[in-house]
Amino acid sequence: MLSYILRRLLQAVLVMLAMSVLVFLGVHAIGNPIDVMMAPDATQEIRAQAIALYGFDRPLWEQYGRFLLRLLHGDFGNSFVFNMPVLQLILSRLPATLELTLVAVLAATLLGVPLGMYAGYRPQGRLARLVMGLSILGFSVPSFWVGLVLILTFAVTLGWMPAGGRGETASLLGVEWSVLTADGWRYLLLPALNLALFKMSMMIRLARSGTREVMLSDTVKFARAAGLSESAVLRHHVLRLILVPIVTVFGLELGSTLAFAVVTETIFSWPGLGKLIIESIGMLDRPVMVAYLVLVALLFITINLLVDIAYAVLDPRIRRGHAR
Amino acid sequence: MTTPLLEVRDLATHFFTRAGVVKAVDGVSFSLRAGEVLGLVGESGSGKSITGFSLLGLIDAPGRIVSGSIRLMGQELVSQPQATLRGLRGRRIAMVFQDPAMTLNPVLSVKRQMMLALAAHERLSTSEAVRRCIAALERVGIPDPARRLESYPHEFSGGMRQRVALAIALLHSPAMIIADEPTTALDVSIQAQILAEMQQLVRETGTAMIWISHDLATVSALADRIAVMYAGRIVESGPTREVLAMPRHPYTRGLLDSLPSRAEPGQDLRQIPGATPSLLALPPGCPFAARCAAVREDCHQHAPPLMEQGGRSLRCNHPLLPWAEGAA
Amino acid sequence: MKRFLSEFAENRVALAAAIIVLAIVLLAICAPLVTPQDPYDLASLTLRDARRPPGYVGSKGYSHWLGTDAQGRDLFSAILYGLRISLQMGLVAGAIALTLGATIGTLAAYVGGRVEAFLMRLIDLQLSFPAVLLAFVLAALLGQGRGPLIAALVAAQYAYFARTAHGAAVAERQKDYVEAALSTPLPARLVVWRHILPNCLPPLLVVATVQVASAISLEATLSFLGVGLPPTEPSLGMLISNGFQYMLSGRYWISIYPGIALIILIVGINLVGDQIRDQLNPRLRR
Repeated sequence: MLSYILRRLLQAVLVMLAMSVLVFLGVHAIGNPIDVMMAPDATQEIRAQAIALYGFDRPLWEQYGRFLLRLLHGDFGNSFVFNMPVLQLILSRLPATLELTLVAVLAATLLGVPLGMYAGYRPQGRLARLVMGLSILGFSVPSFWVGLVLILTFAVTLGWMPAGGRGETASLLGVEWSVLTADGWRYLLLPALNLALFKMSMMIRLARSGTREVMLSDTVKFARAAGLSESAVLRHHVLRLILVPIVTVFGLELGSTLAFAVVTETIFSWPGLGKLIIESIGMLDRPVMVAYLVLVALLFITINLLVDIAYAVLDPRIRRGHAR
Repeated sequence: MTTPLLEVRDLATHFFTRAGVVKAVDGVSFSLRAGEVLGLVGESGSGKSITGFSLLGLIDAPGRIVSGSIRLMGQELVSQPQATLRGLRGRRIAMVFQDPAMTLNPVLSVKRQMMLALAAHERLSTSEAVRRCIAALERVGIPDPARRLESYPHEFSGGMRQRVALAIALLHSPAMIIADEPTTALDVSIQAQILAEMQQLVRETGTAMIWISHDLATVSALADRIAVMYAGRIVESGPTREVLAMPRHPYTRGLLDSLPSRAEPGQDLRQIPGATPSLLALPPGCPFAARCAAVREDCHQHAPPLMEQGGRSLRCNHPLLPWAEGAA
Repeated sequence: MKRFLSEFAENRVALAAAIIVLAIVLLAICAPLVTPQDPYDLASLTLRDARRPPGYVGSKGYSHWLGTDAQGRDLFSAILYGLRISLQMGLVAGAIALTLGATIGTLAAYVGGRVEAFLMRLIDLQLSFPAVLLAFVLAALLGQGRGPLIAALVAAQYAYFARTAHGAAVAERQKDYVEAALSTPLPARLVVWRHILPNCLPPLLVVATVQVASAISLEATLSFLGVGLPPTEPSLGMLISNGFQYMLSGRYWISIYPGIALIILIVGINLVGDQIRDQLNPRLRR
């Protein structure tokens, strides 16, 4: 088990390195940030100074070397636009995205898995068909449009909830959280719902197809033959059997939602990471883009690693296979 | 004669599929006394497994029991609500399956699976439940049961796994156990071992058993009585010794002739020509007629009726041996 | 094939979905014939007609029964032309991603060894990355336009095809008949072409339907975020995005109707894909 984790860690480091090169090169292809930063009437001299200051005159590999070195120190440079350390900027936006994502993915899983299991257990039933219809809808409808409809319905027409922004927050461990105040929840609810709908559809489909297959298996027949009630079969046998893919998807979705929140955050003007990266790309704020991409890569690799470990915990066959 | 433990009359289980009605079990009758071992023999698709599932009330849509009667210890099971049947499953009737690698839940420990099976019918303290689990494992011959209880199914060998499955099935000391080809997926050497142990177990505990198999040789070594199934019906049944010595149905005869042990060394094995007919569109008359060596003209028109006498039954228009004049 | 179709038709929902998708595709192809206005012809637009609600009879004398947008475009016409662009993008991107992905997947399975391990590890890694983000970054890097957009969509999607093709090809490769075929003097290319590839097709087709739908949705999302097509080629996403700013003032139709068109199309394709998947899954057959 330990050697397995170590091996995966080494792999992760290599992947991170490769990612950093890709990100660095990719971002440098975007265009010249100097043009964005400088007023159009700036003199050649000022331009040259700025170029020297940010190191744009050095060869690319040297820029990368410095970039990597600074990266290792947690120094992502300063944002051209906000004129503050990128790391600080990103960390200040992270909690908003984090709580939005967690609320959305948790809600999606806790609702989606039971619904999906039911739909898989009684695939011909009316409720199951309704659930599946909703899930296809939630799966298909682009999430930005769902956001628009939510705003139109609950904010514009009914006026129950605000159309955007974050509202009141309370401080815990030196970080501001919306989930700690009632007002914060009012602001959180619509964007979280927007994010959750898509994820929930996914969980429903996953749980349903898993349940359908497992219900046909000999394991379920044997459990039934031993007199287990249907609910015991579902809760203990089926749930455990479909849990492995669900945990994988849960992890991956957590990560992808952190990143995917770009759409929802833009629509609801939620001041998180997603909104930051959209603005940064629009303004060619290179350091922010680089830092964001590197952090997202790091996030994904970490989650992948955690998912692999969760796999091993959940599935004893794998646990043993890797211990060898 | 005492009331039998299990009395099945004219059982019919049909599957209503897109392509039509599949009469998987169509008019099966047999009975089982306490402690008796019945071998249910037939080719795959003959309806023997479906018969087993019907007894447990575990027929999934699109199938259902359409008619007939199943009486367990005098209690009618057909048309009982699922809750009642569930109360019987595992407690009165248990079932083990062909492939233990598929039946045990790979991601739950043996202990957990046994505890679940126990909790299905009894409320026990944890220590009492563990004691019962250990005793059950010990009874089926698993060494060091207290330690093995914590293991996962993949940590057992195939034979051991089947023993675990058997231990789960026997947890509540059921009156009868249905064994659906429980040794087919195992190595030959282990097959014999498990076979002997199961035989001993049911004898010791007085459990009746229905042993479902396609392998006449295995069944004949084990069963007190044999029922041969073909195309959803029992075509011949009777005490093992009698049926083996004097098969009356040409199909039974064919099965016996195709046993390797019956052939002279160096001789070609005999086989029954053709394959099981599609249960979707059975021809009128005897379903075996198309493959029968002793077929006559009227077999294609008249379905043979069920004849019963002196513990034997037969469905054949033209039995190989004259049917029981004066045998009663 | 006939049996496949009749079985498909038994699911009424899927049948209706297939008919609706076909109808939308036909409408989109015939857009110039059925629309009252060419939304790209700037000369035909009048600002006096801008942002009018559904049913408004404009200065040209015909009724804008889905209303008009900020430039005075007839929304019905704009939606049909937008559908054309969305469908084009989705189909072209889907086709390229399918070809690329299937090639990589089958080749990896065929070559085997380290190359296979490396390629599939790469694909897995990419799959763990959200497609939207990847497409978004690429589209932002490459700039606006059809070419860049298609490239971004393909990059986001080919990995699904590669994974599916690889899975099917590996399953196929292990079957005896392929080994038998490989042991004959037939060129290996031929074996891949004649045996392995055809057997990968059914699962790839299922993935393809879903991916075309998701490409269309992705394109709309990118255009909505402003990194997709230029405003001169308004796809559905662009129409929705343009209407967003007017929604808070109650002019819902500019965003909502293009959105409904988009949803009907995507839901339709997904329903068809679902049914095909269920039909092709032998374990769920009865």
